Amino acid sequence: MSPSTQTNIIKVAGHSAISEGKLTRWALTTIALSFLVLFLLLPLFTVFAEALRNGWQTYGKALSDADGLAAIKLTIIASAIAVPMNLIFGVAAAWAIAKFEFRGKVLLTTLIDLPFSVSPVVTGLIFVLMFGASGWAAPLLDNTDIQILFALPGIVLVSIFVTFPFIARELIPLMQEQGSDEEQAALSLGANGWQTFWHVTLPNIRWGLLYGVLLCNARAMGEFGAVSVVSGHIRGETNTLPLHVEILYNEYNFAAAFAMASILACLALVTLAIKAVLEKAHGLKH
Amino acid sequence: MKFKTKSPLPGFAPALFYTVLYLALIVVIPLSGLFFKTAELGLAQFWDLISGERVTHALTISFTTALAAAIINAVFGLIIAWVFVRYDFTGKGLFDAIIDLPFALPTAVAGIALSTLYSGSGWLGNLFNRVGIEIAFTPIGIVIALTFIGLPFVVRSVEPVLRELEKELEEAAASLGAKRWQTLYHVVFPTLLPALLSGFALAFARGVGEYGSVIFIAGNVPYVSEVAPLLIVIKLEEYDYAGATAVAAAMLLISFVLLILINALQAWSQRYKASSGNVNTVPDKEFVA
Repeated sequence: MSPSTQTNIIKVAGHSAISEGKLTRWALTTIALSFLVLFLLLPLFTVFAEALRNGWQTYGKALSDADGLAAIKLTIIASAIAVPMNLIFGVAAAWAIAKFEFRGKVLLTTLIDLPFSVSPVVTGLIFVLMFGASGWAAPLLDNTDIQILFALPGIVLVSIFVTFPFIARELIPLMQEQGSDEEQAALSLGANGWQTFWHVTLPNIRWGLLYGVLLCNARAMGEFGAVSVVSGHIRGETNTLPLHVEILYNEYNFAAAFAMASILACLALVTLAIKAVLEKAHGLKH
Repeated sequence: MKFKTKSPLPGFAPALFYTVLYLALIVVIPLSGLFFKTAELGLAQFWDLISGERVTHALTISFTTALAAAIINAVFGLIIAWVFVRYDFTGKGLFDAIIDLPFALPTAVAGIALSTLYSGSGWLGNLFNRVGIEIAFTPIGIVIALTFIGLPFVVRSVEPVLRELEKELEEAAASLGAKRWQTLYHVVFPTLLPALLSGFALAFARGVGEYGSVIFIAGNVPYVSEVAPLLIVIKLEEYDYAGATAVAAAMLLISFVLLILINALQAWSQRYKASSGNVNTVPDKEFVA
């Protein structure tokens, strides 16, 4: 409901019995906004204030540190693999679940949501149990040179796991709502399956898709607990950006830690801004 | 019943096949490894591993701080959702976007920011120190970090229900002579309760497993401010896989039981739903003021 219709209803009703008194409204608004400022805005502000505490020069130097750049590169590579993987999965899952009726659908949807309820550290643990020194899947890798733990594949695997449901969850309700009338029309006009998907389905879901990719990417780049368990913390090699922030902070190199953190904070702000625009323009609000 | 009802659209088989395969490889098979490992331990060894004092302390700290934070978030999340749905004020759009910050901001960044803010030399920590309250390196610090993490779960759960709430019900209650607080307590609150509980449950579950935002502000003093996820990490660093698995399994088990309880509570709160949907069936005595 838009604010203007709200005020209209209040005006039509005309008396305070269906709304709170002016003082109560003022008090509640103040409580709500103070809470948001105290718990959300102040920490966000702290990131930038601490990053710039010693001036722009220190800030620039911290950002151009070799280990820091390696961490940024690794973070980008890992999410550049994890996000497209979950994108393909999300589209396939949404196509099967939203466009068709079959038995076991509820179970399938529940399983897709499962990674949301697993603690990040436990996510790391399950892959250590799998590929660790005495892991149950380790013999599979015995005759190969592939190293999963303490290397890029492990980081990618946990990133995929923690962001697993994001895109599928965004697309399933959207595609269910849209039904399949347009696809059926395209098919009856002679389009084949792929043509129907590319020219009918994809344009219909593109904003929802972008929204899901955005959230998935923010989480993949920012994941800490799960990546921390499987990465091995090798500086300049297997340290992602969030892990590098931790190392700098624990070395009491606060200016550099917050400089690195400010990159991630900017990523979060850009994500929130695009999200707000998409929600406003395309009504993608859940 | 057939497995699949007929649809003229193509691509069902490959889409479902890929979905199930990917789900099995990434989620189901790795996760089942945790269960087999736990089963392998046997009950006696499992109990032995989780009944140590350090483990029970860590589990207690994780669950109590998550509970405290979820309660704080339920109260303030409800107020925030109410204010954003019902009232108008300048900067509403901006604040609304900021509510999702904990979803978008990496937990480690939140962790170091909160730790700096609430440490003895930080702005807020300094303020609290003057009145004798230590926040950093105590369970209070953990509660603050978990409050940060959990807030959007409550707000975003309650908001849609509040937005769909029919104003007519409140008008009817008012026209029958209910005072505003009576309408809120007897008509609005029962309708919101199921959504509030599910937001509470989400915030709580997230809080129990939270690691990144907590470890910096908690100070990680064993028996005092060491959370269960951190203990798992410590055990893994010592190559104590059995110990780490046992703590993780205990965490999942307790969370599972608590979530069932919250679900039951939610089902119980839903009993209002049938009656609150129908104005005639609200013959509460207090209503006849």
